[in-house]
Formats: sequence, structure tokens, C-alpha cells
Amino acid sequence: MTTAAATQPRLNSVPPTAQDIAALERVWRDPPGFLGWLAAINHKAIGKRFIVTAFGFFVAGGLLAAAMRLQLARPDNHLIGPDLYNQLFTMHGTTMMFLFAVPVMQAMSVYLVPLMIGSRSVAFPRMNAFAYWIFLFGGVMLYVAFALNIGPDAGWFAYVPLSGPDYSPGKRVDFWAQLITFTELSGLLEAVILVTTVFKLRAPGMTLNRIPLFVWGMLVTAFMVMFALPAVMLASTALITDRLVGTHFYNPAEGGDAILWQHLFWFFGHPEVYLIFIPGLGFMSSIIPTFARRPIFGYSAMVLSLIATAFLAFGLWVHHMFATNLPELGKSFFTAASMMIAIPSAVQIFCWLATLWTGKLSFKTPLLFVLAFFFVLVLGGMTGLMLAAVPIDLQVHDTYFVVAHLHYVLIGGAVFPLFGAFYYWFPKITGRMLSERLGRWNFWLFLIGFNVTFFPMHLLGLQGMPRRVYTYGAEMGWGGLNALASLGALTIAVSMLLFILNVWRSLRHGEQAGADPWGAGTLEWSIASPPPACNFAAIPVVAGRDPLWEPDALPAHVSGLSVDSREVLMTTVVDAHPETRESFPEPTIWPMLGALATTVLFIGSIFTPWAVVWASLPVGIALTLWFWPRRRENAAHLALERTP
Amino acid sequence: MRRPLAPPVAAVLSFASAFTMAQDRPNVVPGVHDALVAAGPQSAHIGTLWNLVLAICTIVFCAVLLGLVVAIWRSGRGDATTRADVSMVARHERGPYLGVIWGVAVSVVLLLVMTVASVVTDRALARLSLVDALHIEVTAHQWWWELQYGGSPDSARFTTANELHVPVGRPVVLTLKADDVIHSFWVPSLAGKKDLIPGRTTTLHLRADQAGRYRGQCAEFCGFQHAFMAFEVIADPPEQYDAWVASQRRPAAEPADATTRRGQEVFLRSSCVLCHAIEGTTAAARKAPDLTHVGARTTLAAGTLPNGTSEMQRWIADPQRLKPGVNMPASTLSGADLGALAAYLVSLK
Repeated sequence: MTTAAATQPRLNSVPPTAQDIAALERVWRDPPGFLGWLAAINHKAIGKRFIVTAFGFFVAGGLLAAAMRLQLARPDNHLIGPDLYNQLFTMHGTTMMFLFAVPVMQAMSVYLVPLMIGSRSVAFPRMNAFAYWIFLFGGVMLYVAFALNIGPDAGWFAYVPLSGPDYSPGKRVDFWAQLITFTELSGLLEAVILVTTVFKLRAPGMTLNRIPLFVWGMLVTAFMVMFALPAVMLASTALITDRLVGTHFYNPAEGGDAILWQHLFWFFGHPEVYLIFIPGLGFMSSIIPTFARRPIFGYSAMVLSLIATAFLAFGLWVHHMFATNLPELGKSFFTAASMMIAIPSAVQIFCWLATLWTGKLSFKTPLLFVLAFFFVLVLGGMTGLMLAAVPIDLQVHDTYFVVAHLHYVLIGGAVFPLFGAFYYWFPKITGRMLSERLGRWNFWLFLIGFNVTFFPMHLLGLQGMPRRVYTYGAEMGWGGLNALASLGALTIAVSMLLFILNVWRSLRHGEQAGADPWGAGTLEWSIASPPPACNFAAIPVVAGRDPLWEPDALPAHVSGLSVDSREVLMTTVVDAHPETRESFPEPTIWPMLGALATTVLFIGSIFTPWAVVWASLPVGIALTLWFWPRRRENAAHLALERTP
Repeated sequence: MRRPLAPPVAAVLSFASAFTMAQDRPNVVPGVHDALVAAGPQSAHIGTLWNLVLAICTIVFCAVLLGLVVAIWRSGRGDATTRADVSMVARHERGPYLGVIWGVAVSVVLLLVMTVASVVTDRALARLSLVDALHIEVTAHQWWWELQYGGSPDSARFTTANELHVPVGRPVVLTLKADDVIHSFWVPSLAGKKDLIPGRTTTLHLRADQAGRYRGQCAEFCGFQHAFMAFEVIADPPEQYDAWVASQRRPAAEPADATTRRGQEVFLRSSCVLCHAIEGTTAAARKAPDLTHVGARTTLAAGTLPNGTSEMQRWIADPQRLKPGVNMPASTLSGADLGALAAYLVSLK
């Protein structure tokens, strides 16, 4: 300890010197080599992996959908039987909801939030790595099971008793239930990380009413995750104990209840939709101001709308259950609540229109994807209002009308803005621009293909075609519209190929982006592309909502943070006054090994309940070593504490 | 370099040939199956509400798009070098402010209109007059429908499957139960859907005002053959309905010729009797559809096949081929026995 006190830690100066920048790069970068890759904890490395993994699952889920569209392209098709088809749509729904839509939003924010709020890291960087590995291992488990023909086949909603031990024997549904455990664990950890990051690691001066709207959206989402996910973890754990150790939570013959599952599942499942939608709104609010060359109109109204949406989202779950036996008054309540959630969305849509109306527009690809939102999401919102009306819902519930609705909402509300976000932040992440020409082809083919695929499904639903059927008779007359929808799916596939081609080409030959290719106003554009390991060599001091657009852009920086160790600045929750310096942990392989041990426990428990007992030993060892204090780090931290 | 290409090409070709292979399932002639074609008050109420909501939503959707088009048309143009003006954060922007306020106000009013209309329609659905209602118990099984008509004395009760006959103009109260997993009862042209839930009993009220055939289908995913769990509702004028009821109350007809007599023998000595019942014989199992009057129905296997001797024979010979996963095993009967059995069953009018 005494030797450590003798070495004076070096602190950064303003503006940072070349030595400062080099030292910070050394301190914050992940270790080299394959082991170093496994030990990485830098939020940008984890964020990139997370995004690529989630996008990989998106492609896999899309291929499953393509297989389904191939089967449905003609009536009485023999290509895929019910056994495989049921696995296909279960895997598609599960992949898109649990392995793509929610994780990719969290992944984007793991990468972007620290850059947008002027921080050097996310909070709990090792936990962040652990959450990524858990997510990856869970998804791989599901796909290995699918490849071995033990993929889940009871739907992504897994209604009991169909998913229970009597009607889904074997291990298929167990893999589904355990996947929920994996992804929800990962999702909850990420939520804790995001809330802490946003509340405690903002640059000085970034008061709550100056946070970028995307960050607000992710903050709201993270809170929703913490309230919604426990419901489904409870539900799926009860399901797995029903299946594996003979409990009877859902068995009506033994006093259990089949409807209990639906309440628990949808109490999570409806907020889930908004977990996907609200980050999409955040992308909208980031991209529109940049390409309209003005700050967003109605910032406070936007923030309040996000919060209102989050609250109302927890009061709608029963509208998935209108066809069960419900009291009249209950149905009316949930109709009113479902209609009401349109109000905050309307506020945001009108504020964006006002921003565009008074802006100076620059029609780059990100803006195109965002403008598609107004067509696709608004149409999906309208069909959502139709579904909120109980009588109409009783007709079109569980038909292709709902399939159309949910894809309009989720693809319009989240995937179009997400692709806008890919085009928008790709230069920041990689340092190179995506091709505008390919981007436009990607956009138009996606928009056209999407509508050709999903618009006919509204009509199919009204004509009485139920969801989740592996085929249909020629006598029903649904063949033409289904063939059209399959053609549209092919178009979407082509547009996705163009996107992948665009990324692949731009990574090699893309135009150099520079720090701020769009002339944007938020902090992430003030640093180099791709950002240095420490993000900000000197933490900026913020004086407005769009710091780079302020008349005297970024006049001030923070000095006094160590350049020899991973030190971050903590600020107060509301006003972002500097509060304390905190030393962050260094890269280690233990989060990855801990995730591996946890995976063994989760998968083992599918086969024997004793796995919970014996596999907790390696988990315990990994967690202990993860937190084991190291003398050198302690000495460095102590030395910093003594230096004011 | 050509050899490695061959297997993928072969795979693509076999895939394409599989794709062009359609099932040789003979088609049934379905009844009306369309949520927008109403044949009774329940779906007519829903149709009215649908028209109102569709009109409002179409107008709002067009208005938002119009707003977007005008915004794009009237706004200026800029690029990454255009200086962004942040002074408007501090300034009150009157035009956009009023636009947002009015847009939201109109939205709220329209949402209220739709909410009230929805609740009023909901009440109307719940208040269908049940005077002189007919009570029928529907039990859903994987993947067929059991229908029990009440009556007194007990001998007036009867059970049938997959074909629901109702009298025109008379309200029907359906008591809905599920035997295994959750199913959903849906006849789009007569009423909205209602789930059948194990351990619970639900009811659905409907009335057919026009004679005709209406198709229904299970609307809740229920396993392998969710796709082929259909049924027909046949709305008959009252006297025709009464005649049908009278015929259903009779036990099965005795076989009239040598073939059907042999068919009955085959039925009674084979594994059929472990699951099926035929009133008037010793077969009384209730695990599968009642076959007392199976010959009088229009479809087989819950709307999978049209009814007829050859289809019956094909069905019994290998149900898994026509409806994979169904709970009926393939038959081991000889060709002659199979033919006689099919002839017997189809003769049960």
C-alpha cells in the first residue's frame, strides 16, 4: 500500500495532451488476442457484438418467415408439414421478440448511450459483458435445439395447457421456457445498467431536461423492462416446474388455472411491444432533428409522452384476451385504456410533423426510413384502434388481420426507425459511410415489399383466415392474396441482402465519415469516428440539448480525471452536478466464464432438477473470482482517493 | 470445379419439385366464411361498428399522410452544412404549437367517439334477446367439435359432431367447453369468437337470420391440426330444423343390404368401437365423434374432406396422410372390409 501511495497518479489536462490521449487509449482499450476478445468489457466492443448478434438472429428469424411464406404461397401445400411449421412460427416469433427486437434496442443503447451523454463507459461494464454472453448462449441453445428437431412448437406465447406436460411432451417447450430465462436475465441486467448509466454517468451540465430523446426513450424502456420482465420469468418458471417436477400451477384438474398463464404472459407481453416501440421513437427523435436542421419541437411534451406511454402500456394486457370470458365492465376498461395510449403517440407524431414542417430537410437514407414510419406505423396504429374495440377484436382476433397489424406496428414502429438508425450511426461506429445509392434501393424495396407482404393479410383476416395454420384449403379462396404476400416476402429478402451487401462493401470501401458527417447536434458526434477507447479524452461540459449546435459549441471540459486508470465522473441524478470520481473495473474473462457456468446450470436443469444444485458450484466459483480484489488495482484506486 | 456445385443445385431442384407438389385432398364446398358478410344480428352489429371505425381511421390516416406531404413540400431544404438554429428552443413557435394542440384535440375527440361506439356495440351484443333460446353444448377436442343438443326427457338428447344445425330466427345459447387444450369457436358470419378453455365454461349467444351454410373454424392455436378444425353451421327454416332434430333423435338405421351389414360387423369387431359411438349398437365410446348419423353430414374429419364413400374409405385407410397428427390411427383392415365399413358408415343418414 505504501508503495502505491508513492506513485502520483497522472490526471488529464484541458485540452488533453497527446500523452493524455495515448495513456487513456492504453488504459481503456480491451486486451489483445483471442483471450482478450473473450475478456473485453468496453461498452463499444460489447455493443457492437450485441448489435451484430441480434442482427444475426433477425436474419435467422427472417429466413424462418421466408420458409413459412413459401409453405403458405399456395393452398394445400405439402412442402412443410404441421410439425415443422409449428416449430417455424414458434421460432420466428420467439426469435424476433426475444432475440432480436428487445436485445437490439438494448444493444444500440449499450453502444450509444455513453457517447450521447458524455461518459467513458456504461455502468457495471463487467455485468454488461456477462449480459451479452448470457444472451448469446441462450440464443445459440435455442437454435441448436431447433437444428436437432427439438425446437419449441407451442407458439411464442406458449399457451397452457397446450405447452404443458400433457400436450407437449418431450423437451421442446422446456427449451423455450429456458430461453425466456436467458433473455430475461440478460434484459434485466441491461436495464439496471442503462438506468444507472443515465442517472449517474452524464456529463456535467446535462440536466434531466437536456438528455437526448433517444436516451430518454431507453431510460423509460429500462424501467419498463424492470417491471414487465419479472412477470414472464415467473410465468415461464412455473411452466417449467409444471413440466419438470410435477407442480400444477396451470393444471385445472388439480386446482391450477389455464388463464393465469395468459394474464402473467400478457402483463409482460403487452409492455414488451412498447419495449420495442419506445426505442424506435427514440431513433425518430434523434434522426428527425438532424435532417430537419433544427431542434425537436416540443421536447417536454415528447418526454412526458414517453413516460405516459410507459404507464399506460401496463394497463392494456387484457386486450389480448378479449375472447376469453371477461366481465363487460372489464372489457370496457381495457378498450378505453387501449384507445388512450394512442394519445401520447399522437402527441409525438404531431411534434415530429411540426419539426419537419418548420425544418430545412435533407433527404438522406436515415430520414427516408424515418418518414416511412408515418405511413407504416400510423396504419398499424389505426388497425390497433380497431383491435382495441372489443366487438371488432372478437372478429379479427387470432386471424391474419392481427398478423398484419402487429407487423405494421413492430416493423413500422421499430424496424424502419432501426434501419434509419443503422444508416445514421454506422459512420460513427465504423468510421465509414454506407452507400446512399444502395441505401435508397434497400429502403424502397423494403417499403414496397413490406406493404405487398402485409397489407393483403388484413383482407385475409377479414375473409376469415386464422393465424398459425400450416396450410389452408383451395376451397377457401385465400390462395391469391397469400401468393401475393409471399412475393412481397421475397422482395423484403432482396432488400435485406442489399443492406448486408451495403454494410460489407462500406466496411472496406466506404467513404471516410469524419467526426460529424450529418452535422448533428448531440455529443457522440463531437468525437472521432470510430470513437477512441475512452470515448472522451476530456469529459465535455454541456450547456444545451444539442451541445454541438450551441452558438459556442463545447466551450468547456472537465479536468482532473486519471489517465492511468479507468476513472469515470459521476454526477447528480437531476442536475448532473459533478459528484464523485469512480474507478471502473478492468477487463476480465470471468464474466464470460460466469455466463458459461450459468448456461450449464440453465440447460442442465432442463434434464435434471439436480443441475440447479451441482451447477451452482461453478457459477459460485466464477462469480467469486469475478469479484476477487486485485492488489495492483486496489493500490491504484487508493492512490487516486488520496489525490483530490 | 463443377462437382461441388452439383449437390446444391440438386437440393434446389428437389426443393422446387417439393414446392410444386400439391396435396391431393379433395376439396369440400365451404359455407359462407367472411367477417364482413353478416347473416345474424351479432355480426351485423360488429359490421356497423367496423364501418364507423374504418371510416374514422381512414380519414385520420389520410390526414396524417397529407400533413406529412405538406410538411415536406413547404419546408426548406438543407444539408449537413446548414446551420441548425437553436434559438427556437427558447422561442414560442405559435404555428406548430397550435397545429399540435389541434391535432391532439381532434384525435382525443375521435378516440372518444370510437370508445363510446365500441362500448355501445358491446352492450348490444350482450343484450341479444334470449327468449325461447335453443341450448347447445359445444365441447372442443383436438381437432374436432362435439355438439350436444339438450332436451327432455333425456331420450330426446342427442350428440353429433362438426355440423351445428340451428333454426333460423331463434336465438342460440352455446355452452362452450374444452376437453384438452384451449380452442376458439368462430363463425365469422354469425358472431365474434369465444374461447373454449379447459376447466372453465363460457357461453356464446348468436342468431342466424338467414337460412344458409356458414363455416366456422377454430381460431386459437391448438396443436398439429389447428388448420383443419373447421365446422359448418347450417341454419334451416324451423320446420326443416325440426325434421333434422327428429332424424337425429332416432338411433342409427339398421344395415339394409349385405355390404352394409358386413360393414357394421367390421365396425363392431374392430378397434373403431374403442373411441366411436353409434346409437342403437353396442358401440358407445365417447372419445371421438359420434357416428350415429355420420352419413348425413357434409364433411368428414372436421371440414377436411367432403363426405362420400370413397372419401370415407380413404380417410379410414390412412387418416395420418390427410390430417397428419390426428388422433385416429391408420386402419389394418383388408380392402373388402374397408369398403364395406365405408359403405356402412355413409349409409348412416
